[in-house]
Amino acid sequence: MSELHEKSLSEVRGLLASRAVSAEETVAACLARTEATEPTVHALLHVAGESALAQAKALDAAGPDASKPLWGVPLVIKDALTTKGLPTTCASRILENFVPFYDATAVARLKEAGAIVLAKANMDEFAMGSSTENSAYFPTRNPWDPERVPGGSSGGSAASVAACQGYGALGTDTGGSIRLPAAFCGIVGLKPTYGRVSRYGLIAYGSSLDQIGPMTRTVEDAARLLQVMAGHDGRDSTCADVPVPDYLAALERADLKGLTIGLPEEYWGAGVDPEVAESCRAAVALAESLGARTTPVSLKLSEYAVAVYYVIATAEASSNLARFDGVRYGHRDKGAAELIDMFTRSRTQGFGDEVQRRIILGTYVLSAGYYDAYYRKAAQVRALLRRDFDAAFEECDVIAGPVCPTTAFRVGQMTSDPLQMYLMDIFTISTNLAGLPGLSLPCGLGRDSGMPVGLQLMAPAFAEDRLLGLARVLERNLPPLPRPAGLA
Amino acid sequence: MKISREEVARVARLARLDLSEDKLELFAGQVGDILAYIDKLNELDTAGVAPMYGPHATSTLQRPDEVRREHTREQVLSNAPESDGVFFVVPRIVSAGH
Repeated sequence: MSELHEKSLSEVRGLLASRAVSAEETVAACLARTEATEPTVHALLHVAGESALAQAKALDAAGPDASKPLWGVPLVIKDALTTKGLPTTCASRILENFVPFYDATAVARLKEAGAIVLAKANMDEFAMGSSTENSAYFPTRNPWDPERVPGGSSGGSAASVAACQGYGALGTDTGGSIRLPAAFCGIVGLKPTYGRVSRYGLIAYGSSLDQIGPMTRTVEDAARLLQVMAGHDGRDSTCADVPVPDYLAALERADLKGLTIGLPEEYWGAGVDPEVAESCRAAVALAESLGARTTPVSLKLSEYAVAVYYVIATAEASSNLARFDGVRYGHRDKGAAELIDMFTRSRTQGFGDEVQRRIILGTYVLSAGYYDAYYRKAAQVRALLRRDFDAAFEECDVIAGPVCPTTAFRVGQMTSDPLQMYLMDIFTISTNLAGLPGLSLPCGLGRDSGMPVGLQLMAPAFAEDRLLGLARVLERNLPPLPRPAGLA
Repeated sequence: MKISREEVARVARLARLDLSEDKLELFAGQVGDILAYIDKLNELDTAGVAPMYGPHATSTLQRPDEVRREHTREQVLSNAPESDGVFFVVPRIVSAGH
């Protein structure tokens, strides 16, 4: 019998709805687990114990509400999302004392569904990184091996969920920041289609790339969170007015008959660690044994995706981060006598190295004389990348490949070489550029490292239901992962 | 593509960052490496390709332009480094010498 904190989100919501456990007991179990595991994983920037317990007591007093699908469920929120009355730092010194007075739409919808915000999760500063070592506060460690990184940038969310601190988390994904840490920590991570979930209240990094998505221990849990968050929001003009399917109904498929999985040669060739290729191939073979057909497809421009990304994402970041000027919120240098000097000193003191590096790169590619050569060129290649996906989806329903060429790397291994770190996202970046959904599914432990391996499933726009259905069938037929080895 | 320390310093000024000599040196090397990697985009012929600036549908979603009072002045000023209760207060904008 598993302990209360180890239940899946779907299990605990059933226990809460039937009053087998109270919301207060559930929050208390998560807080106890958090206290026991934080000294190892360092996943959280702020634990909202008091407000979570108060909210749980209020819910218990009112009694379960069948119209609230997440009634009493404690969740962890990446610190890039605004939470009313709770500190929101984006893991940056520049927002050290920032307490938003409104909730991000995604957070508001979870709360309206009865969820309780348990904590804010650590991340790479402004979501810039692949290891959560770029947090201005402290690095997060991987629950499977504390000497290894949890991936990033949503590494706190992933480590927290893998350590069973909460029943699910929100992450954000600009170039792989949900899928990479999900893969490294052995959990499910879903980056929805661009426009599926409102970005209102998400502190922007790359506005044409950012999406908010669920990070959970089961596929069903991810479906439940997406169901609540998805759908049009008048506060985000890029949030699509497209009907939201019944994601739970999509989980009911019994096998994979009639489904064609495309295997891009660019994702399965040289450069992928043998242990990663082996686990992912075994999962694809399992899909075939369950009725799926596989076919080779080509995403021939994949090798250019990282280059396109580091032009577009940094260009957008340099614009988005211009708002941090010490005027309305955030850090201000008190010694400056004049305005421009105040801007410069506040930003220089408040932003960490990786953020400054990306602002420099983004400002450079947008500056006079370079705009056409870099930004426009990258946007053109982006259009070609999208065409590659469109052509591939003429041949298949879903595309599969590894999330990352390796399993979780060691703390400090990549910090001196930014470009090497950027290449960890080589298989995840394309879907952000194309605006398509991608799901990371744990498919086993690497033979050599003993660390989790993630299989990435990609689909056409707004076909999250297809990804969830396929992932659920695979999950049901794959051996479950053991408990994370790095925790007592 | 190489980038000089002076160019990094020029871009930093545009971005309102004041970088130390050490950091200018470090960033010149690292940003130069990244730009060299990005130059591989020039292997591709993109003549006549319409740039894709975002994945969303080209038509912007609209809503009625109605005034709504969602937040109080106190809330909006609540995170201000300095305010007088009505406005955000900032240091002098025009220097004394001008």
